[in-house]
Amino acid sequence: MENDLPYLKKFDTAIIVNACGSTIEDYVELAKVLNTLDIDGVELNLSCPNVKAGCLAFGTTYEGVKEVTSQVRRVLDKPLIVKLTPNVTDITLPAKGAEDAGADGVSLINTLLGMSIDINTKKPHLANNTGGLSGPCVKPIGVRMVYQVSKAVKIPILGLGGIVTGDDAIEYMLAGARAISIGTGNFIEPNTAIKVIEGIENYMKKYNINDINEIVGAVQMN
Amino acid sequence: MKIHCKAEILKIEKLKEDLYKFSIKAEEVVKNSKPGHFIEIRVIDSIEPLLRRPISIYNLDRENGILEFIFQVKGKGTSLLAERKVGEKLDIIGPLGYGTFSIKDYKNVAVIGGGIGMFPLYELAKELKENTTSKVHVYMGFRNKELVTLEDEFKNVSDELTITTDDGSYGISGFAINELKKDCETKTPDKIFACGPLPMLKAVQAFANEKDIPCEISLEQKMACGIGVCLGCAVKTAKSPQDAPEYWHVCKAGPVFDAKDVEI
Repeated sequence: MENDLPYLKKFDTAIIVNACGSTIEDYVELAKVLNTLDIDGVELNLSCPNVKAGCLAFGTTYEGVKEVTSQVRRVLDKPLIVKLTPNVTDITLPAKGAEDAGADGVSLINTLLGMSIDINTKKPHLANNTGGLSGPCVKPIGVRMVYQVSKAVKIPILGLGGIVTGDDAIEYMLAGARAISIGTGNFIEPNTAIKVIEGIENYMKKYNINDINEIVGAVQMN
Repeated sequence: MKIHCKAEILKIEKLKEDLYKFSIKAEEVVKNSKPGHFIEIRVIDSIEPLLRRPISIYNLDRENGILEFIFQVKGKGTSLLAERKVGEKLDIIGPLGYGTFSIKDYKNVAVIGGGIGMFPLYELAKELKENTTSKVHVYMGFRNKELVTLEDEFKNVSDELTITTDDGSYGISGFAINELKKDCETKTPDKIFACGPLPMLKAVQAFANEKDIPCEISLEQKMACGIGVCLGCAVKTAKSPQDAPEYWHVCKAGPVFDAKDVEI
């Protein structure tokens, strides 16, 4: 907060802070602090599989998400987005939990729990043994889940998971995402976001789209 | 300053069966690089393999803006990199890292490396030799004779060179650290620099800390971004509490650390 916020403030952009904790009390405490800062919103990370005593337990059920989101909602006046884990049987249940607790939006998907083994040493590649899988390989899962959630909740959806081109972003929007975000793509190309914006503009020109909102949820199912 | 650019491949040398040296034209990167820095290379312009490969800098030709790196073919990414051709452009980001080797006047410097860990030590030894009054003793450890590499190159940038092989097939038999320890009985260095396999680094770290010799070690870690975002390249800080460990990140705080600062 001391270092990053003043740096980010130099740019003409919204600042949304991703918040993660291990207990409900952690989230509430964090939200109280975040509420006092000059930021534009909070994304509640209920689903990071890279944290050992992680927040996984809260994120997988309707009740869990509703409980932690409600408690945070009580102390947070800023826009609240709840980030959902794909490591569930039915993604629409936690999404509804967030909506019913007063979240302003949901973002999905977080990483998929994965594991990879070095066949020579017979040990997992990751020190934590398992970890979050992200990047282009998870995109079809993200798009499917965004579509499912878009049919289940009314609050806006921030779609993510494997977006590296404008076409990827359009796919998420057609599935129902009102905004998109990029994580892993930045690790490959630092200018991924700029390229994605250019790609979105090219698509809009190609199909004579004046308002990007026209394509949100515009997928025509077979 | 980090630069993202397309660097022309000027020369490719196959040093060993699985060891390649690339010379690339990257003026701005070279201008900003210090010994110990590394670069992230996008091996081909495709999303498979997805991530860039972090590779240490071997040599900086500042006059001509040429950067050289040496890498071992280990997996898919490095295999594809080895197939690149002279004249092609390599997409690189660099220089990366914050902690670099401290170049200044020392009395006696010991530079110790093992295997492919020797590569980032070349520019260090070279700059110590060219730009300081330090006397440089380089210790190179290899598993066997077949793996010994860059002997002449390191000879040119050192006052003394000791080569060891684990099996005794070349140079002195045994580990490089043992030779350093022996030499310390008569001539204690006032600075040690090290890079190499973990067991060697641990031994160097333990020795330097025990004898209270200032020591800098360069660490290697798998990393995705190389710029402090993904937090994948974590290494425990020294004296970090067991129940609430604290971490440095190799790309952001390292790759060169004071041997007293890290738990490896």
